Amino acid sequence: MTRPILEIKGLTTTLANSKATVLEDVSFSLQPGEVLGVVGESGSGKSMLALSVMGLLPKVIRRTAGYIILNGEDLTGSPPEHWREKRGRDLAMIFQEPMTALNPVMRVGDQVAEVLRRRGVPAEKARQETINLFMQVEIPSPEQRVRAYPHELSGGMRQRVMIAIALAADPKVLIADEPTTALDVTVQAQILDLLRKLQRERGLSLLFITHDLGVIAEIADRVLVLYAGRVAELASVRKIFDSPQHPYTRALLASIPQTKGPRGRLVTIEGAVPSVGTMPKGCRYAPRCTFRRDICEQEPPRLGIVGPSQAAACLQPFGFEQPQEEALA
Amino acid sequence: MARFLTKRLAGAFVVLVLVSLMSFSIIWLVPGDPTAAFLDTSATPEQVERLRRELGLDQPIFIQMLEWYGRILQGDLGHSILLNRSVTAAILERLPVTLSLASIALALALLAGISAGIVAAVNHNRWPDQVVMTVALFGLSVPDFWLGIMLILLFAVKLGFFPTGGYVPLGEDPLGWLGSIFMPAMTLAVIQVGFIARMTRASMLEILNQDFIRTADAKGLKRMDIMLRHGLPNALVPVLTVAGIVAGALLGGAVIIEQVFSIPGVGRLIIGGILSRDYPVIQGGLLFLAVIYLAVNLVVDILYAFVDPRVRLE
Repeated sequence: MTRPILEIKGLTTTLANSKATVLEDVSFSLQPGEVLGVVGESGSGKSMLALSVMGLLPKVIRRTAGYIILNGEDLTGSPPEHWREKRGRDLAMIFQEPMTALNPVMRVGDQVAEVLRRRGVPAEKARQETINLFMQVEIPSPEQRVRAYPHELSGGMRQRVMIAIALAADPKVLIADEPTTALDVTVQAQILDLLRKLQRERGLSLLFITHDLGVIAEIADRVLVLYAGRVAELASVRKIFDSPQHPYTRALLASIPQTKGPRGRLVTIEGAVPSVGTMPKGCRYAPRCTFRRDICEQEPPRLGIVGPSQAAACLQPFGFEQPQEEALA
Repeated sequence: MARFLTKRLAGAFVVLVLVSLMSFSIIWLVPGDPTAAFLDTSATPEQVERLRRELGLDQPIFIQMLEWYGRILQGDLGHSILLNRSVTAAILERLPVTLSLASIALALALLAGISAGIVAAVNHNRWPDQVVMTVALFGLSVPDFWLGIMLILLFAVKLGFFPTGGYVPLGEDPLGWLGSIFMPAMTLAVIQVGFIARMTRASMLEILNQDFIRTADAKGLKRMDIMLRHGLPNALVPVLTVAGIVAGALLGGAVIIEQVFSIPGVGRLIIGGILSRDYPVIQGGLLFLAVIYLAVNLVVDILYAFVDPRVRLE
């Protein structure tokens, strides 16, 4: 196995004032050229995970344990200025809201070019490179569009500009935090296709955050399922869809509306994600779990290997066709 | 841009028509016969009659109004009874004084206010923020006449750095001009600086919470670049509004400071007119102030389009 480009080990973040944990003991790694999908409901800590890696956590949230290792370098002990150096060079991020993520009074071309300028590209070359990047993200008539202001572009176009900004950094790791959620469905598909194309062409290592399992199926190689700030399951995309081991993953899959068969009530997961500070003592999913047993409420289950390239944090994973002991052997 | 300007100018024209109408009616709003304001009680009926003819008050009101508009369209604001000269000439003579005082005060207030506001916002809730906010509150609370008198006492009477009052025209003696204008401009600026600093700080704090600031952070830009290239241009939009109000207030309302420092500006002319019931001066002054406010607002509107590209759409 090659060395991972990004490794997260035991990452725990806490609200600064109440000591309540937002993320708890999150570990995973991202291989070069890999797309790791991160799924979870609202409040599962997906965005906090992205911001932690970027070193952009809001002031009210602190990292209290764990390591963030980028390309073999541990960033967790480094001063904020060092992390700032990494952003826009080794790390780049695409945000959910293209409407508000761009500076409204600055030409979009300049917003791309300033990333290049920061990397030492001369002004004229940066201008050329910006037009080039606009072509790569398939913005029509790029020579004119670089001079546009954000309000003159549609949501899809703005998200393409955001992608161009991210690519301008030529990052080792790209984080996309729900990049299609705020867009129209047809535009969503276009942006997703574009991201997938760029990822393949450039061999990008991509951390793709979404709540949409359909999007995950389209783009991810492996999937990390987050629930209430903890990893519920980590497996290849095939395993997640074919033999989910955690009851939460299974429930998520069951809640995708089906068009086959008679229409009935939509399947939902009863209850809601517990909020920060009111976490159950044992398994955080236990209160909503239909397979719950008494021991589930005693102590949190650890993430354990449940099969080839599959790990789940459950005391009683579903198991495969063959007995579970064999799978572990 | 041409359409934008046409629309704004049309709006300004309507306001001017209304203000001039109000100006015209002042003379009719005075209780009793308008001539009573000009003549004392011992005036003979013949004198009253002559004045009525002179002022055109014997004509029907409609004719009077047409004559008034005919005059002001030619820039003739009437004849001051007290000064015994044209009101237009009196205002134009004092305009450079008011303009230099107001523009220096505005420049000082903007420079200090915006810088202080940025420093406060960047150091939100830390000591520089608290210092700026305390000083700003002081500036807002101190009465300008008191501050003016204190400055005269300290810098003019005790230390002798500046003259106690009066005005030296720029053309005559540039250094003397600066000396005569500096203290009153400072006094005016201190009052406005707090206003501008607080506005800049509030606006900057709001902008620094926006998503595009996080984007700039994600680009790894330096903190200073983020503040000056992404924060400030956005934060300046509301500050511009305040600057417009301040500019209008300085141009038309520096009355008290002109009085304290005995500076012969437009404000003092108008106050003199009001105190001595010199109606043509009051009418002309009112019209002049309206023109000043409209001009400042027009400039602010045009500047908006420069600061915020979204405005051009309108």
